[in-house]
Amino acid sequence: MKIAVCVKEVPDAGPSRRIDPTTLRMDRSGDRSLNVYDLNAVEEGIRLRDAAGEGEVVLVSLGASRALESLRKGLAMGADRAVLVSDEAAVGSDLVATSHVLAEALKAESPDVVLFGQQASDGDGAVLWAAVADRLRMPVISQISELTVEGGTATAKRQTEFGYDTIAAPLPVVLAVADSLNEPRYPSLKGIMGAKKKPQETKSLADIGVDPGAAGEAGSRTTVVALSDPPSRGDTIKVEDDGSGAQKIFDFLVERKLI
Amino acid sequence: MSTLVFLEHHGDSIQKGSLGVLSKAAQLDADTSAVLIGSGVGEAAAKAGAYGAATVYVADNEAFAAPLPQPRVDVIARLVADKGFDTVLFAASVLASDIAGGLSARLDAGLNWDLSDLEGSGDALVGKRSALGDTVRADVGWSSTPRLGLVRAGSFDAVENAAAGTVEQIPADTEDFSTKAAMVEQAHAESSGPSIEDADILVTGGRGLGAPEGFGILEELASAMGGAVASTRAVVDSGWYPYATQVGQTGKVVSPKLYIGAGVSGAIQHKVGMQTSQVIVSINKDGNAPIFEFSDLGVVGDLNDIVPKLTELVKERRG
Repeated sequence: MKIAVCVKEVPDAGPSRRIDPTTLRMDRSGDRSLNVYDLNAVEEGIRLRDAAGEGEVVLVSLGASRALESLRKGLAMGADRAVLVSDEAAVGSDLVATSHVLAEALKAESPDVVLFGQQASDGDGAVLWAAVADRLRMPVISQISELTVEGGTATAKRQTEFGYDTIAAPLPVVLAVADSLNEPRYPSLKGIMGAKKKPQETKSLADIGVDPGAAGEAGSRTTVVALSDPPSRGDTIKVEDDGSGAQKIFDFLVERKLI
Repeated sequence: MSTLVFLEHHGDSIQKGSLGVLSKAAQLDADTSAVLIGSGVGEAAAKAGAYGAATVYVADNEAFAAPLPQPRVDVIARLVADKGFDTVLFAASVLASDIAGGLSARLDAGLNWDLSDLEGSGDALVGKRSALGDTVRADVGWSSTPRLGLVRAGSFDAVENAAAGTVEQIPADTEDFSTKAAMVEQAHAESSGPSIEDADILVTGGRGLGAPEGFGILEELASAMGGAVASTRAVVDSGWYPYATQVGQTGKVVSPKLYIGAGVSGAIQHKVGMQTSQVIVSINKDGNAPIFEFSDLGVVGDLNDIVPKLTELVKERRG
């Protein structure tokens, strides 16, 4: 079974994240790592490959050339190789452009299963898989909390606003997994040492047959018009519990007349 | 401008969120229609006109009985092409997000999500959203039409007016790949017990509780405070606590006077369901948990030590 896992390098969470005021794009100069929700997708890919007893797990990503460093975490966990599409003309791609580039990169791989994490921690869109599935003309199942792939069929339990649905679809299929599906493994020392030696390919848009006009800003259909600061919640009071944590909460609630 | 609003239904009733988006769209654009796709939805369609749709387009077919996105993408894409809608709006949900994503690829249309407000004049439309964990507010637009928008749950109220729109049947044709996914089983939980949406005080347990037994100490605290116990998606998916208590994107949206999170990390999925709580107190062993970024009071420590002590203090005060 050939499994492609779509992954993304994102800026580290926390106050360091900001938007560049001139380009209105995310400032991507700070520390970066593999999107935490993608770890569940990588984990599931490894489990599916191992359960099938054959096949490979390929990480597929669109990003800056240095994103390979973040992708190495997936290789250290047990993925077999990585394909990174990196091209100046793809910078600033929105959903439409990103789904186009990823779909073309995936077509070159002809996977049986395409996996996504539940969202990217920077964009929070949680819609990319549906766009990619439409372009690949494959069935899609999202929000998956239980999954089996057997006999050419994926069967998934997923959560909606009303409860749980169980959906089945034949391979090839696009699957978006929830973070409750599994516990991503920590890379072993051996895995980390071996990751650098695994095949890591960087492709340009030309390599995957994408016209530069269909990627990046030229291929995007959404814009950011203006940015502003959100209304302040006021400062967080943050304390370490030294045995008086309960008393501090109690005093705070009394002061606010909440008890 | 001509706007189409996707109406999501569950059983016989149209989701309030969809009707809210329809009401807002009709305010911005007199030329607003709606689309309803399902099986046996004729009666629900007739009611939707009262929320501002000039025409309610209905694809009523057994093939749409299950709430699956891809057959709906086929129907909406053809409707947009036939009628020339320049804007398609959705109330965000699991189903609507998958439809909107598929539709963006099919129509090469820009999609903006998590919109909390919409402003329009003439042919212009601007969406308001927050980004980067609510640290930035952004005005977002579209550089071409059709333009697609997913509106955050609860952003607009459904406003009924007198005018009744017409109902028009549309073809139910679908593409081969769109019907490959099939519903095997639907297990839809009935809500029971006190509703977490009505409680002034919510004590919420997350995966940091470590085990389902951890909810015992939260129930004692909630009981002492006269509040209710809520949970996160990870906890519900793990079978630790009932689905009806889940706060978040696929659960309930709450805004209590006081929210106490114990072992809750504050993932975006959960945050969108509780960020409008008046006062947020959090307890978590992990000092880097995102919930501390939007708490009024955060205590870094073991909830198993802190929560029982807090319960005792509350009980003593209440006598």
